[in-house]
Amino acid sequence: MRLSRDKNSFKISVGPVHPALKEPIQLNCLIAGEKIKSVDFELSQAHRGIEWIATRRNPIQILYLAERICGICNICHTISFCTAVEKIAGIEVPARAQYVRTMGAELERIHSHLLWAGVAAHELGFDSAMHYTWKAREKVLDVIELLSGNRITKGIPTIGGVRRDFEEKNHAKIIEAVEYYRSVFGKLKAIFLDDPVIKSRTKDIGVLTKKDALTLCAVGPTARASGIARDVRQDEPYAAYPDFGLKAITPDQLTGEIKGDVFDRIVVRLLEVAQSADILEFCVKNMPGGKIVYEEKPIKLLAQLKGVHGEATGRLEAPRGEVFHYVKLVGEESPYSWKVKPPTYSNLLPWIPMLEGEQVADIPIIAASIDPCMSCCNRAVVAENNENVLNHDMLHRLSVEKTENIRGQLA
Amino acid sequence: MGISNLNRSLWVFHVNTGSCNGCDIEIVAALMPRYDIERFGMKLVGSPRHADVLLVTGPVTMDMSAKLKRVYEQTPDPKVVIAVGNCGATGGVFYESYCLDGPIDNIIPVDVYVRGCPPRPEAIINGVVKAWAKLEKKEAGK
Ligand code: SF4
Repeated sequence: MRLSRDKNSFKISVGPVHPALKEPIQLNCLIAGEKIKSVDFELSQAHRGIEWIATRRNPIQILYLAERICGICNICHTISFCTAVEKIAGIEVPARAQYVRTMGAELERIHSHLLWAGVAAHELGFDSAMHYTWKAREKVLDVIELLSGNRITKGIPTIGGVRRDFEEKNHAKIIEAVEYYRSVFGKLKAIFLDDPVIKSRTKDIGVLTKKDALTLCAVGPTARASGIARDVRQDEPYAAYPDFGLKAITPDQLTGEIKGDVFDRIVVRLLEVAQSADILEFCVKNMPGGKIVYEEKPIKLLAQLKGVHGEATGRLEAPRGEVFHYVKLVGEESPYSWKVKPPTYSNLLPWIPMLEGEQVADIPIIAASIDPCMSCCNRAVVAENNENVLNHDMLHRLSVEKTENIRGQLA
Repeated sequence: MGISNLNRSLWVFHVNTGSCNGCDIEIVAALMPRYDIERFGMKLVGSPRHADVLLVTGPVTMDMSAKLKRVYEQTPDPKVVIAVGNCGATGGVFYESYCLDGPIDNIIPVDVYVRGCPPRPEAIINGVVKAWAKLEKKEAGK
């Protein structure tokens, strides 16, 4: 899609290096006065060829690659990849490992949603609210560090289970964090949902109707804020979620109505922080004992994986929506193919109906409201103006050369 | 390290050249209340033209290398460049990818490397302090 200009409109480009964007992406907006007429965006700045690299590594090595698709929701990518490989090899994950995975994912959701809330506050010009939420976020990072040894990348899941147990002696710290988030929830709610200025900057702004959300395949909190009660943890429960019996969160549970605006997206994410705290508490209370991994020796596991053929998918609910991994193993050391479909990929197109008709000053908060993650979604490069692509001039030149050749041969 | 006599506070511009975000969120965490790098007068600025320090993350994808170079050229001298994260220093887990121009020092000169994947905010602050000392030397030699 290309933007077509006329006399009354003006094109502004935002990005790829821009202070309001923490990641490279280019947004091109056609504006008339203060109103946005149409929107286009260019991706591929963060494409690192991860899926290709994976075809040269073994599944254990790929775990660390999968983790680095996205630094924020790293555990989700590793769990989906593991799920797919486990399905192919028919490996059963021990119950305790399922609980550890669930807890890891929920800790990550709290950190991701709070991070997002801070960024959203920053985009609106509420830096004090940003500082407050990021300070609250440090608590969950401390717990992650205690449990996994690192603040961001965790290295917890492995094929057939988890690498590290969340031992009982650390459970008190998890409960402490749960209690802490329950205690700050009221304050966060007061900051983000009751403040008249934030309300007027976010209510009826960047609306995504339920119909648009369905046609454009929105996922995660973006879809739920538009009233689609869809959540992989509810629709196709995995890990410990069948025991918990999760219900997807929609904004009407708090406000009684669904508008699909930026405000509703804040509501959904805040409620999900509270829900994650509940899940964590449930997991701590009901954690089964037993093994944490199907096969402790990676060499043995790799030898087993070398002998399997087949293809499978792994899907789960990341903080931003559904993550989907496809893996094909053909009895070799490295997978034949690995495809990742992250949530932002589905959530980018909804940007267009959200942004159209809004004001230029609303671009940062609307763009941020889907919680975009470019490093996740840059799965392909578009080779434009690349010498490997044959354009009209080159084709013409080739054609002329061929004629010359034939003329030479015939002469 | 003799630091103190630089007559201004350090302003930092952050460039993401295709990183996984891990390093970027740790940079922001360094600015937040717990680590609060702003108490030393350091802050993130919105334009490279205002910056003394470039914090560069990511393995530098082909798409971003010309842009990184341009940001570097827009930053006024004297300046220091800090490469945050393993993938910016060596390519990290992505080293063999077909679409990298990096690591960062293939494109622009780097003064300080902060290693880690991602490094902790303390390590990033340590890197900035080292850069500060380097900047003073550059300033003195001007
Ligand atoms: S060094 Fe590691 S954490 Fe940092 S951007 Fe690179 S891959 Fe991500």
